[in-house]
Amino acid sequence: MKANLVSAIKPTREPTRRVLIGSLIALTSLLAACGNDKTDSTASVATEAPMSTDVAGGSPQRIVSLSPTHTEILYAIGAGDQVVAVDSMSNYPAESAAVLTDISAYEPNVEAISALEPDLVVIGDDFSGLAEQLSAIGIASWVSPAPLTLDEAFQQIDDLGQVVGHADEAANVTQKMKDDIAGIVSDIEAPATPVTYYHELDDTYYSITGNTFIGSIYELFGMRNIANATEGDTDYPQLSAEFIVSQDPNIIFLADVNCCGATAENVAARPGWSDLSAVVSGNVVALDDDVASRWGPRLVDYVQAVADGLSTFVKSQG
Amino acid sequence: MLAEQVRDSERSWWVPAACIMLAVAFLFGAMVGPAGPAWWRVPAELLNHLPFIHIKTGATELQSTVLWQIRMPRVVLAGIVGSMLSIAGASYQGVFRNPLVDPYLLGVAGGAGLGATVIIVAGRASSSSWPVDPLPIAAFVGGLIAVMITYSVGAAFGAAKSSATLVLAGVAVTSLATAIQTFMLQRNTDVVRQVYSWILGRLSTATWHDVRLVLPYVVVSTGVLLWHRRLLDVLRVGDDEAQSLGARVDRIRLTVVIAATLGTAAVVSVSGLIGFVGIVVPHLVRLLAGSSYRRILPLTVLLGAAFLIVADIPGRILSDPAETPIGVVTAFLGAPFFIIVLRSRQGASR
Repeated sequence: MKANLVSAIKPTREPTRRVLIGSLIALTSLLAACGNDKTDSTASVATEAPMSTDVAGGSPQRIVSLSPTHTEILYAIGAGDQVVAVDSMSNYPAESAAVLTDISAYEPNVEAISALEPDLVVIGDDFSGLAEQLSAIGIASWVSPAPLTLDEAFQQIDDLGQVVGHADEAANVTQKMKDDIAGIVSDIEAPATPVTYYHELDDTYYSITGNTFIGSIYELFGMRNIANATEGDTDYPQLSAEFIVSQDPNIIFLADVNCCGATAENVAARPGWSDLSAVVSGNVVALDDDVASRWGPRLVDYVQAVADGLSTFVKSQG
Repeated sequence: MLAEQVRDSERSWWVPAACIMLAVAFLFGAMVGPAGPAWWRVPAELLNHLPFIHIKTGATELQSTVLWQIRMPRVVLAGIVGSMLSIAGASYQGVFRNPLVDPYLLGVAGGAGLGATVIIVAGRASSSSWPVDPLPIAAFVGGLIAVMITYSVGAAFGAAKSSATLVLAGVAVTSLATAIQTFMLQRNTDVVRQVYSWILGRLSTATWHDVRLVLPYVVVSTGVLLWHRRLLDVLRVGDDEAQSLGARVDRIRLTVVIAATLGTAAVVSVSGLIGFVGIVVPHLVRLLAGSSYRRILPLTVLLGAAFLIVADIPGRILSDPAETPIGVVTAFLGAPFFIIVLRSRQGASR
């Protein structure tokens, strides 16, 4: 009964640990694997959608969340009381701290999870075949990797709401998110010429293209990503410093504030960056790394941050 | 003796040839990139930075900035790192009389990687207000500590004159450091990408500050190693024989190892781990110019710099405007190139 709940996703990536120990060649294969994100997640989401919720005849009461985004969603849709444990990276909302464990979402320990006696394990990316292992010991799981579009993100919230028995609250949350985002977008008058931006993931200039989920947020405002010029097969390219400086983006969004200590000041101090128009006219926007990489209810905050950055830019143009 | 001199004169043209190669590599490295001035404007742009020279090159200010603030530090740093890793590799191979040895042998890489991981895990965000980036310092210190442990372990158990104990101790220390690093990464999966990009080489974010940071160590280290090049030739006959010739083998070995390690740790701290250079370049030099360290060491300095400058070019343009990590390129280009040279050399039967 429980076993058929488990999604039939086959893990397509190597376990992270082995790659870590491996040689440089192996390291690159992981980078290459990261580049495959797009195909991976599309495939998984597609096989995922229909999900029955008859966990022992009712909604699950002992949920373990191994994904920070889904932890945020669970609490937002009123399923917080059913959550018995969250993974080490789940740091929001504050209530989830009470059930914080040091279980790693990347290297999940099946025994440690089973000791929590969960009736549902919520998994983001299944790197290590965890769903299969759990199903072998009769524990249900729900796998849902990063979405590619806003609609997929809303769909995930709705799906998770159904799985945990809070379909109505989930529908309310997504409706409110849709309304809020639409309101933010309509409040802003987009300039006639597309505003260019650079979204920084770390201080070695890893970035995103417009094809990513993060990129789709900027698309809402008709902004143009400078990294779209990359023709590689990855949507997470490492840009060269020369390129960024020569593109002179209108706005610089820093999503490496928590990880790498990026600030508007130390960006200005980088060689060659002090003359960039975004730096000169104060259009360097520091984001919250977490908000800018998760697709839960705080997505609205992210959209708002982008909108604020855009309106500051429009004002700075006079 | 006479034969040796004849061969010397035959091969003396290698030093000027290597100088020319380095100059060409440097110029080529300065000309190629995704942005910046057109390639034919680059030489004049560079001359402008010499005192009392003002040439109107027609490049925009932005292009000059890209060339001088972004590309040149990268080219110069690649040269410094390449020459340091190469001469350190050649010296290690000399003192250990083992052709498979590379400058990371005694645990510099493992220790530096661990140091970098520790500082990244501890959170560089808290250091954003610091005047200096703690990452290179942590990597440098980690590398030195690892080698110190290796050496003390090797010395404690290796009372015999064999250097094998030292090499094995290096292997053990490297494994230990890597294990701790892996454990820390596993506990802090959010920093995995940052540690990767450090491991895969950081030439892409090189600054003049990095160059100033490592240059003193590299100059001192290279100077000491070049000073010892004749003694390395003496060591080639074996420890006992060298001893009987009056060489103080243990002291030479210790000095060379310290100098090579110091320089390697310094460059690793700013460039990350760039594999293969320390093995390929010394062996290429041996194949081309014979086995005397008097010739090998100066040539590795020149050709090592040229090799890494050239190896960094595909990283810039292969997936322009994205980057390909230098560590990948060196191994990817270096390995087949080396195999070809090895084959053709054996075919020619020296």
